[in-house]
Amino acid sequence: MPTCNHILPRYERKGRCEAFVFFSVDPTICLLAAATLMAFSGVPGLVMNRPVWGQRIAAVFVVAASIVGEFAVISLLGGSRGATFQIDWPLPFGQALMSVDLLSTIFLLPLFLVCGCVSVYSIAYWPAREQTSAGKLTLFLGFFAAAMVMVVLARHGVLFLIAWEVMALSAYFLLTAEQQSSEVQRVGTIYLIATHTGTMALFAMFSLLRGAIGTFQFPASHSLSQAVPVASVIIITALIGFGGKAGLMPLHFWLPGAHANAPSHVSAMMSGLMLKMGVYGILRTMSFFDALPVWLGWLILLLGTWSAINGIALAAGQRDLKRLLACSSIENVGIIFIGIGLAVVGLQLHAPYLIVCGLFGAFIHIINHGLFKSLLFLGSGVLIHAAGTREIDRMGGLARRMPITSPLFLIGSLAICGLPPLNGFVGELFLYVGAITDGIIAPLPLAALVAPVLALVGGLAVITFVKIYGIIFLGAPRSVAAAHGHEATRAMTAPMVLLALGCLVAGLAPVLLVRLVTPAVAFYGNLAAPEIALVTDQVPLVPLTFANCLLIILVLVIGAAYLLRLRRLPRSLGATWGCGYPEPTARMQYTGTSFSEMVVNLLGAIVAPNRRKPILVTAIPPADARFHYTVTETVLDRILTPLFQGVGLAFSYLRRVQHGQLHIYVLYIFATLCVLMAWTH
Amino acid sequence: MSLLADQLLVLVMLINLVMLGTSRLIFSIRAVAVQGVILGILPGLIHPFSFHLAGITAGIILAKGIVIPYFISNAVRKAQIRREVEPFIGYVPTLLLGAVFTALSFAFAEKLPLAPEHKDLLFVPASIATLLTGFLLLTTRRKAISQVIGYLVMENGIFVFGLLLTEAMPVMVEAGALLDLLVGIFVMGIVINHISREFSSIDTSRLQTLKEE
Repeated sequence: MPTCNHILPRYERKGRCEAFVFFSVDPTICLLAAATLMAFSGVPGLVMNRPVWGQRIAAVFVVAASIVGEFAVISLLGGSRGATFQIDWPLPFGQALMSVDLLSTIFLLPLFLVCGCVSVYSIAYWPAREQTSAGKLTLFLGFFAAAMVMVVLARHGVLFLIAWEVMALSAYFLLTAEQQSSEVQRVGTIYLIATHTGTMALFAMFSLLRGAIGTFQFPASHSLSQAVPVASVIIITALIGFGGKAGLMPLHFWLPGAHANAPSHVSAMMSGLMLKMGVYGILRTMSFFDALPVWLGWLILLLGTWSAINGIALAAGQRDLKRLLACSSIENVGIIFIGIGLAVVGLQLHAPYLIVCGLFGAFIHIINHGLFKSLLFLGSGVLIHAAGTREIDRMGGLARRMPITSPLFLIGSLAICGLPPLNGFVGELFLYVGAITDGIIAPLPLAALVAPVLALVGGLAVITFVKIYGIIFLGAPRSVAAAHGHEATRAMTAPMVLLALGCLVAGLAPVLLVRLVTPAVAFYGNLAAPEIALVTDQVPLVPLTFANCLLIILVLVIGAAYLLRLRRLPRSLGATWGCGYPEPTARMQYTGTSFSEMVVNLLGAIVAPNRRKPILVTAIPPADARFHYTVTETVLDRILTPLFQGVGLAFSYLRRVQHGQLHIYVLYIFATLCVLMAWTH
Repeated sequence: MSLLADQLLVLVMLINLVMLGTSRLIFSIRAVAVQGVILGILPGLIHPFSFHLAGITAGIILAKGIVIPYFISNAVRKAQIRREVEPFIGYVPTLLLGAVFTALSFAFAEKLPLAPEHKDLLFVPASIATLLTGFLLLTTRRKAISQVIGYLVMENGIFVFGLLLTEAMPVMVEAGALLDLLVGIFVMGIVINHISREFSSIDTSRLQTLKEE
């Protein structure tokens, strides 16, 4: 059995190992047990005729599975190695292997945390008492989570594809929970088309791989020569298949609609976890090869840059809260790919600095994005419950009514913008350092261009999330529903608190995050510990910790002083955003659309906003006028939809063959027979 | 004996032409019944006697000569139609087409790589000609009952081809083929019934209103 573990440096110290002696169970067994627990978590709810208890039992199952799974991940990071298991199945594809290595840990770590949080959250968000679809949703949530674990564990092409399809299809059933709505049906269909196009590419990829090495089992890492004639085709098909799932531009078109219309906890899992499975697939495929073609690193870097800028530009123009978050997922996947691209470029040029920084940036961002994007999506669910809408412009003033959600959402927003003292900054810091330093000391100035791109993306992210936080939580309520907004129950806020704590701790103690990721970086980049330490020592992590702590203390002190001073000052009551008008209304406030107007205008080429302005007449009193604003999506609305319509039109000519005349159908058979008879001569 | 068999096969081909040329349904049904009886006799002429063979002969004459024609004429009586009117292609052109196809099937059979003992017999050209006639009936006639007849004729063509292999054919296969045919006729009878109830006619070209838009 080819294990990849022999090249990996041992990272654990004796003391850490002993801590796990008590649990000397094999990590792979733990992970398989966790996957089984999650897969069957929804079954009791189906057999019992008390759906409320079924949902609770499912949550207990998933939380237990998460604990077992996290334990396995930590013991893997602590240096223990997972055994390899073999499935003796009657299928004619050879024996299927399952194993786990350090690359998997990066994906499993956030996976189990988020799954546990989501299952608790769903009890209150999608209660079985009110929603008849809760049983179905719980079942597929379990399948979805278990399938993702299996995707990471599979070491065999066919097993991988089975897990992949179970994952993709459960996601479909999850996101079409509200199947009565025609919009949900539409995005569900788009999702299905997109995911199966990707799967088709993966079929091609695994078949080619089988042709090259003669078995469906994954080759050991770095064992495949780049000289294999189909190597670049394999990589390209992997990039299409996995990139589509990851939401890499231009294959992202299914993503905003699907994430926006799914139930919020499902969006959290899809965005925080499922997109990463695409990233995992690409990383795994690239690890097969001993060297990668030169253009690949630049291509990935380019695609990542494109996704990051376009994703955040699209997000800036959105009015729908969840669509905005979904577009920002595209941006974050772009950042992850920028990291991977830097690492691949480094691998080709044998520049360990780039490899280490790129991989650290990508891996840390994978974990971080799992945390803060899930936090934000769970928060959006709370907001939707409170305000009854996804439109940002109909909310407002919710900070006063939702004292717990508001700071949690703020933490998520700050983290996603990549601002210190939160975790989003740590990953981007590595990318900045990698891009700039290597651009200066090595003859690779092109990579330095990554830094301004990241800065641009970060700036746009700040605008976007200032908009989202400001419009939703500050000001006065813009609708009756928002005015009656209420805080969510503890079952919903507790998971969010846990995720926010994760963001905060990871941001305040970046060394912790770096230590979590180091084994995977060493394994994937095939680097020894001193080489990594050489690079990480140059990244100012310890000063960052001090600076972060100082920042927090400063904010707390100044905030406390301000509050104390505020108490002493005389108060006057007035409407928010009065602006000197005698009778201000809530509609005089800035809306999200007006806030982002300037950015949207600047990025008009990408966002392509569709505005219909009212014709203003000076007659008194003026008649009612309407302003209409939608953000179109270039790939889906301008390219794919017209293309598919054109193809549909072209094929409608073919339907003349299908006219319903029985006689002519028989004539077709007859004609075929005559042709065949003539052919034999 | 094979001389007599060849003469009977010529008769089969002539009956094909009769069916193509006539407009009266009852006459067509009788013709197909006669064709069935001839087909039932044929195996007895070319193979030595055995109980298996006698069973086959009796079964075929019963099914093709009596039971199926009885069902169809019942359906004709119930649907109260006598004639096939307005075929897609007129009687004389189909008759001519039938003649052309019969000639072509002789030409085609010449070129088939047959076993030497089958080379000189009329079985292969007759079978192909009957098959093509069935196709012609299926494509040119409008009424569902005519199509059932076309289907029967086609099956007869296949049966003639199968006669070459009767020796090697176990009873079960034979019985299976006959059962298949019988069930096919039943299903078509039910379909005809439903068509005539739904559209108050058994014109199959009306079925195209069922097509999805």
